[in-house]
Amino acid sequence: MRKIKEFVIEKLILLSGLASIFFVILIFLFLLKEGLALFKITSPFDFLFGKSWYPISEPPQLGILPLILGSLLVTVGAAVISVPIGVGCAVYIAEVAPLKIREVLKAGIELLAAIPSVVLGFIGMVTLVPLVKNVFHLPTGLTALSGSIMLAFMAMPTIVSIAEDALYSVPKTYKEGAFALGATHWQTIWRVMLPAASSGILAAVMLGIGRVIGETMAVMMITGNAAVIPHSILVPVRTLTATIAAEMGEAVVGSEHYFALFAIGIVLFVISFAINVTADLCLHKKQS
Amino acid sequence: MFDPVKIKAQHVDFFYGNQQALKDISMDIDVGRVTAIIGPSGCGKSTFIRLLNRMNDLVAHTVLRGHIYLEGQDIFSPAVDPVEIRRRVGMVFQKPNPFPKSIFENIAYGLEVNGYRDRDVIEERVVMSLKKAALWEEVKERLRDSALKLSGGQQQRLCIARCLAVAPEVLLFDEPCASLDPISTAKIEELILELKKDYTIAIVTHNMQQAARVSDRTAFFLLGELVEMGETQHIFTAPKDKRTEAYITGRFG
Repeated sequence: MRKIKEFVIEKLILLSGLASIFFVILIFLFLLKEGLALFKITSPFDFLFGKSWYPISEPPQLGILPLILGSLLVTVGAAVISVPIGVGCAVYIAEVAPLKIREVLKAGIELLAAIPSVVLGFIGMVTLVPLVKNVFHLPTGLTALSGSIMLAFMAMPTIVSIAEDALYSVPKTYKEGAFALGATHWQTIWRVMLPAASSGILAAVMLGIGRVIGETMAVMMITGNAAVIPHSILVPVRTLTATIAAEMGEAVVGSEHYFALFAIGIVLFVISFAINVTADLCLHKKQS
Repeated sequence: MFDPVKIKAQHVDFFYGNQQALKDISMDIDVGRVTAIIGPSGCGKSTFIRLLNRMNDLVAHTVLRGHIYLEGQDIFSPAVDPVEIRRRVGMVFQKPNPFPKSIFENIAYGLEVNGYRDRDVIEERVVMSLKKAALWEEVKERLRDSALKLSGGQQQRLCIARCLAVAPEVLLFDEPCASLDPISTAKIEELILELKKDYTIAIVTHNMQQAARVSDRTAFFLLGELVEMGETQHIFTAPKDKRTEAYITGRFG
């Protein structure tokens, strides 16, 4: 009886393990099937580097360069904001903060991660967007900059918690060695701790960016959604993700537009995959 | 007047949380001599030596009572900068802890944090320290290689060189040979005898033969107390305290 129980449980666990892999493969195949169908009609080059996205004009123009640049601009902006603050915060938590403040901060960071992105987008819409509009005297505050700032908040928890982990796992002996040479705390952090934790911090940054590039709701609400090639950070942009979310509902199934949205999905998949692999490589480099 | 006492500890009590690690320790470390601190594991000898350059500042929830003077100056007085104390009192740890950088950078780092900017001067001092630490011949061809590629014994001598480069007055060794093989140990001991010409040295060891070989004076710690201290020769041939005698003859510990 006990043996049968063991057997059943073992197989059930195996099944759940296989299920996740199975679904990933299924999703990937579906994405490929629907997305690649586009390239019978439009060449991959025209798709990736076409300058205009007018999916419902006749004939439809399906160039996603403005969307790629939009995503890139918002992501780079978010990285520029969140990486220094995030790493700084991690250093503070790991090295400087007294025990009590550390606990409070860590809890706060986790709470930040728990805020649904639509809520962040909503808050950004009513507070940040008017602020950006007034500060820069713009016709609209729905800009790439607003999106970057909001997304920076979303990347921060990932960056802080993983970078803090990396700093925390630097052997204490390095720190002692540096202190024993008469290094100040800051000299120790800057010249010994950060370099020793660099691969982990890089992984943290990559994962944070991965989160930003895949984010949809908040950017859709506050970047203005204009599918034009952005010439500055103070203009409305549209990202790859927002395009799919906004247009999938109205695209006719089986139309070029529909296939193009799936092809965008493939592009996103490739980008996220590359970022995750890079992060993984960084983490493994640390371990070996 | 010449003061033979470099470091003076007076009635030092030390607590980790509620646990008392040191009880009323008073002892002197003489200038230009090697002072060994021996005792069984957990007797407080490492705790004590780590107080001498304020290394225990890094440990949370500790309490210190009593005073430690470096050339008459109380190193725990609020006016004293611990960074300055650590520059004057260098330390070599139980496990070799080179930074994950090149051999050259390991030594240059200490110089740079102490304000050296001139590359020529830095280079010169790196070479000098490696020579002093008897490591130069073994590494002169590969200064740019990672320090982590060196053997344990070489790493430990690199840590000594790193320490010497910033020209401390006192060198503290916290069981420097605990993780080394006998040949590397012999090299480190030779080095300590060589270094005592220029530095005041304190060494913690659980190896009594080592204490007998390298030190001029020996202190015996037991359960956080200083049982006996005196000339090494006397401690090892005619200890006054029964407990010291029991320990050095190997009856416990």
